[in-house]
Amino acid sequence: MWAYVIRRLWQMIPTIVGVVLLVFVLFNLFGGDPAYVLAGKISNPEQIDNIRRQLGVDQPYYVQLGIFFKQILTADFGASWSTNEPVSHILATRLGPSLTVLVPLLVLETLIAIGLALAVAYVRGSLTDRMVMIVCTVGLSVSILVYIIVFQYVFAYQLGWFPVQGWGNDFRENLVRYASLPILILLVVSIAPNLRLYRTFVLDEINQDYVRTARAKGLSENRIMWVHVLRNASIPMITHVMAALPGLLIGAFLVERFFSIPGIGREVILAVERSDFPVIKALTVYVAIATMVANLAADPHVQGRRPAGAAQMSALFDPHPGCAGRPQRGGRR
Amino acid sequence: MNDATMKPPLAARREIPHVVSPGLWTLAWRRLVSDSVAMVSLAIVVAFVLLMAASGLGVIAADWAREVGVNYAPPTFVGPDAAPAAPGAPGRAGEPAAPAGPTPGSAFDSTVVDPIGDVLAELKAEAKGKAEAPPAPGGFVDPLADVMKEIDAAKAAPPEGKSVDPLADVMKDIEAGRGAKEPAAAPAATERRATLPFGADKWGRDVIAKTIKGSETSIFVGLAAALVATFIGTVLGAVAGYYGRWVDDTLNWFYSIFSSIPYLLLILAVAAVLQHKGTMTIVFILGLTGWTGVFRLIRAEYLKHKGREYVQAADAIGASNARRMFRHIFPNVSHVVLVQMSILVVAFIKSEVILSYLGFGVPVDVVSWGSMLNEAQNELLLGKWWQLAAAGGTMAVLVTAFSLFTDALRDALDPKLKGTTGQ
Repeated sequence: MWAYVIRRLWQMIPTIVGVVLLVFVLFNLFGGDPAYVLAGKISNPEQIDNIRRQLGVDQPYYVQLGIFFKQILTADFGASWSTNEPVSHILATRLGPSLTVLVPLLVLETLIAIGLALAVAYVRGSLTDRMVMIVCTVGLSVSILVYIIVFQYVFAYQLGWFPVQGWGNDFRENLVRYASLPILILLVVSIAPNLRLYRTFVLDEINQDYVRTARAKGLSENRIMWVHVLRNASIPMITHVMAALPGLLIGAFLVERFFSIPGIGREVILAVERSDFPVIKALTVYVAIATMVANLAADPHVQGRRPAGAAQMSALFDPHPGCAGRPQRGGRR
Repeated sequence: MNDATMKPPLAARREIPHVVSPGLWTLAWRRLVSDSVAMVSLAIVVAFVLLMAASGLGVIAADWAREVGVNYAPPTFVGPDAAPAAPGAPGRAGEPAAPAGPTPGSAFDSTVVDPIGDVLAELKAEAKGKAEAPPAPGGFVDPLADVMKEIDAAKAAPPEGKSVDPLADVMKDIEAGRGAKEPAAAPAATERRATLPFGADKWGRDVIAKTIKGSETSIFVGLAAALVATFIGTVLGAVAGYYGRWVDDTLNWFYSIFSSIPYLLLILAVAAVLQHKGTMTIVFILGLTGWTGVFRLIRAEYLKHKGREYVQAADAIGASNARRMFRHIFPNVSHVVLVQMSILVVAFIKSEVILSYLGFGVPVDVVSWGSMLNEAQNELLLGKWWQLAAAGGTMAVLVTAFSLFTDALRDALDPKLKGTTGQ
């Protein structure tokens, strides 16, 4: 297994280099002269020259690229253009609030979605099953913006159950008081697609021979579902959860913005609004690396599980988050 | 066919060309037609696309920017001077205003002779707005009744123009109460209606026309971006899967770069760089970042197909690489392309809404569902829910129909997959 992990890590290097190149090309070649962005509209040529020298944009591109690689390796991206806060400090301080929302969300969402998926798949084809699936489809179609706007208005503004927005310094207060409504909204939004997906995973297992054998042995339905079926269906589920992890980080950015949670997502939006290139560059590169690591962890080989035969090829070549369910179906095609 | 077998061989030979076995598309279409859900959703999608085309050609909703109603004119079915409330209208809980108003509204609208008719109408709308806004929950003083009384008083008084005291007082009172600055009674020459079929926005623009215009933008962006992304993904996937070796390696490298950056982050990064805003810019952004899923599937299909006999046969008769790729193999993978494109349209419509909401999408003078939601967020705090309902509801209907149609399309094209759900 370790040989495999090392091989995968080794294979990651060209991709990381590619991401860095892409970000570099985007921001340094197409991004326009940052000096003008920084200096604003009223500025004299001297000032612009000064800024250019400070940022190093007067250097040839290969020197700039070298600087960028050095910045990534040393995690020192200099200061934000708009607030002068060191970028590394921004990254470090914004991660905590994001995780405060995301970790409970991930745990709750996984538990609820798996439980519901087992239940719905067990009564597959029934009216309940179809109703749940219809609700999921419709629920998926409503924009996440509408959920946030309506929930914030109803539960925070009208009913006053939660604070409208805010964030404190105390972890417990943050978690219980400020994070609970965002978590609730994201739960509502994210359970629908996951329930649909997990249901198919369970359905893939529920017709297998071993289930019939277990029934023939006289095991209780509960034991069959929760132990036998779940254990097998959990392989693609875990893969999916792990692969969806970095997406969640960004997926929560709307919620962070609405509720003024000082997390990574809100920082991205602020940075884009202010054309704060160093912050966006740093965030993009590091989130991409995090995505790759999460995908590696999502790989069934790394988890020491044996995937169903067909998955093997795809597992080697499918780093796309959100598509983790593909291998099983891909094999059947 | 049974007849044919019983006839002499010669006749049978003549008969054979008539018995054309249905192709993939005919079969898929038949399956699709037999699926009522698919047909209904297809009808809805087609209706939306027609709406988009009509609006784009300026047939309908061309004058969406005209301020036809008073500011925040409520929908007719909740307005105080409404005809009987429409059944099934989404009424708000605790709606106090509906039954109030001893004078029928039609009187105001039709009396053009009334010199203060305009002001009255506006006042009524204001009062309505105030009643709708959530003041201290619980104690609803019903401000409408007071205003109504004063309006009646004002009407009874000789028309001395707009400087009549009670009116000014009420006006001030209301403005203070709302805490929002009003454009000073915009003395538009045309009369502005107090209510509109589905209400008006902050500037009195008809929400229905606005929603249609917004649908045009959002659907156009979704379709166009899906076309761009599918084109890029298909061409790159075909080339990668067909040629293999270093071409495949290079394109895979590109794929892994684009897919390792979370989708929305990539979009935002590109949006940050492209300062120029415009509808085509957002099509470009979405198309350029969203091709990875198509690429992965098409590449796998081409890998599978390139060794098949029919491709070898095409090679043997001297078909060029490009011809083999796009004339021979492509029709056999086109159903995958179609389904992927359908999935992408939905995804891009959602993305466009989010981008436009955040202000990184369409320019400010173009209305889209996202920019409508952006306005609606603040309006909701004043109790003006109709724009939110219109934009959110329309989008939900379209996206639901499109997703159901996509599912049905995939099942029809690939019946083996039936029952499994895509993402």
